[in-house]
Amino acid sequence: MAERTLISPAQLGRPRGKAVYWGVLTLVLLLFTLVFLGPLYWMVTGGLKTAQEIAQSPPTAFPKSLHPDNYSKAWHVMQLSKLLLNTLYYAFGALVFQLVLDVAAAYSLSKLRPVLGKVILGMMLATLMIPATVLVVPQYLTVLDMPVFQRNLLNSPWVIWLPSVTNAFNIFLLKRFFDSIPRELLDAASIDGASPLRTLRSVVLPISRPILGVVSIFAIVGVWKDFLWPMLTLPDPNKQTLNVGIYSLAQGVPENWLIAALAMASAPTLIIFLIFQRNIMSGLTAGSLKG
Amino acid sequence: MSAPTLSTSSMPVKPPQHDGPPPVARREILVRNLRRNLSAHGFLIGAVLCFAFFSWYPMVREFLLAFQKNAAGRTTWVGLDNLDYVFHDPAFWQAWRNTLLFTGLALVLGFLVPFVIAIVINEFRHAQGYLRLLVYLPVMLPPVASVLLFKYFYDPGYGLFNGILHFLHLPEQQWLQSTSTSMLSVVIASTWMNMGGATLIYLAALQGIPGELYEAAELDGAGILRKIWHVTVPQTRLILSLLLLMQIIATMQVFTEPFLLTNGAGPEGSTTTVVYLIYQYAFNFNNYGAAAALGLVLLVLLAGFSAAYVRLSRDSES
Repeated sequence: MAERTLISPAQLGRPRGKAVYWGVLTLVLLLFTLVFLGPLYWMVTGGLKTAQEIAQSPPTAFPKSLHPDNYSKAWHVMQLSKLLLNTLYYAFGALVFQLVLDVAAAYSLSKLRPVLGKVILGMMLATLMIPATVLVVPQYLTVLDMPVFQRNLLNSPWVIWLPSVTNAFNIFLLKRFFDSIPRELLDAASIDGASPLRTLRSVVLPISRPILGVVSIFAIVGVWKDFLWPMLTLPDPNKQTLNVGIYSLAQGVPENWLIAALAMASAPTLIIFLIFQRNIMSGLTAGSLKG
Repeated sequence: MSAPTLSTSSMPVKPPQHDGPPPVARREILVRNLRRNLSAHGFLIGAVLCFAFFSWYPMVREFLLAFQKNAAGRTTWVGLDNLDYVFHDPAFWQAWRNTLLFTGLALVLGFLVPFVIAIVINEFRHAQGYLRLLVYLPVMLPPVASVLLFKYFYDPGYGLFNGILHFLHLPEQQWLQSTSTSMLSVVIASTWMNMGGATLIYLAALQGIPGELYEAAELDGAGILRKIWHVTVPQTRLILSLLLLMQIIATMQVFTEPFLLTNGAGPEGSTTTVVYLIYQYAFNFNNYGAAAALGLVLLVLLAGFSAAYVRLSRDSES
């Protein structure tokens, strides 16, 4: 607000400037609402239409008659409650694993400085250089028959949780944040006799809330949006995520039910986003600038 | 490499023979160091094991697979045969043409549009929060929802897009069903789904530009476009180049959008991308060797961009 931008305040202050400003603003507001909210409106109302109305040309802007039962039918036929619970289970499991293991690793690399720590960090960061999709095939072959354990991880939640830990970007973000915590603070704790774990819990974690929030969002959204990996590793329809489950059921369901299902599948993240939008958006810009 | 184990102790590990600390103290230091290292490695072990199993080992395996053949449960070393096979597959060149077309279109749309939108939003003193929210909304949708939604919009018979074109008295399009528009349709959907993140990052960068620079440019008689070119662009150059690299790396690996919108192939294979071809080799033809060889080609091509990205983002920190 205080900073001036491209167009000077003097120019905006003139009557003509004011008129243009409000005109453009109104136009942009209308256009953006149409482009970004329009499809969501169409999705929600499309789910209320009859199958005939959905397949009608030209498409209608308002449903001629409302059929909310499409939603309940889609919910049961596509077993959305199960898909939703599965996705939540995978997302929050991945969140726990990433928070525990990645935070511990970043803390160790930043503050405890073990022998070979720099080499390990370098090897973790090197994974950022490999395009993720290139690794999908060898990763798939690996979870098919885990080395050492000789187990097949297909259809088990571990196949989502454990690979999600290998997030070098999150470790990097966390380590940089921990690096900024003054040494003296930790030394004071250790002089008081606190163990490294105790120091992590009562000194480091409480001041790391902002970065933990960012990492948590990345973790959950990552699982929520992933498609290829869960499609390959969770072939059992009872274990699938929302994305994969809806995709595989999409062919055999009437279109108005499917659209109702899409609306319901979108609702949870949208609601979470609307509640936490301020934190999410400031966290995203703070976190993603430095990669 | 410094010796991190010594960072808290002022005492050298191997003190000079004549006036060092007594042997008992030396052992104590050693034990303390050992314990410190053990607990530090204890904190690391979980993540390191995950990396070992799910990143480092697959990385090695990718290289091995590319030079092996797996038939009837037996693995044989075949040298460059897989690469040879991949290069002689007509689908290879088509997939690369399609992928480059996608990347090119996505750069025009997905790279420029968010920048322009960020500049526009940044000019308003009202409703900024609402506009930011709108742009980021699609990013939060599950991809299958946005993609299937766009599939309806693109439908040539009763789709919304042709409805709009019809209303405007413009010629209707075949969208996903025609070789000339299929890739563009995929890019439009993909841009709508993903541009929110880039827009927010640009907005944050724009807010860091000092207003005096614009004032100075005005004194020199610069108009809006010249101000953008001579102030905005240079001031956000680092972010622009980082996001450009990120876009190239991401778009050359595109899979989900064409896979969901056109079942991967599209009319006459016009939306088959490189990663979809990898997917086909591996999971439709069970030819892991060819999949790994093609993956290696992609990796080599993207390594340069990744290295530039990592270097640039490191520079941006200091």
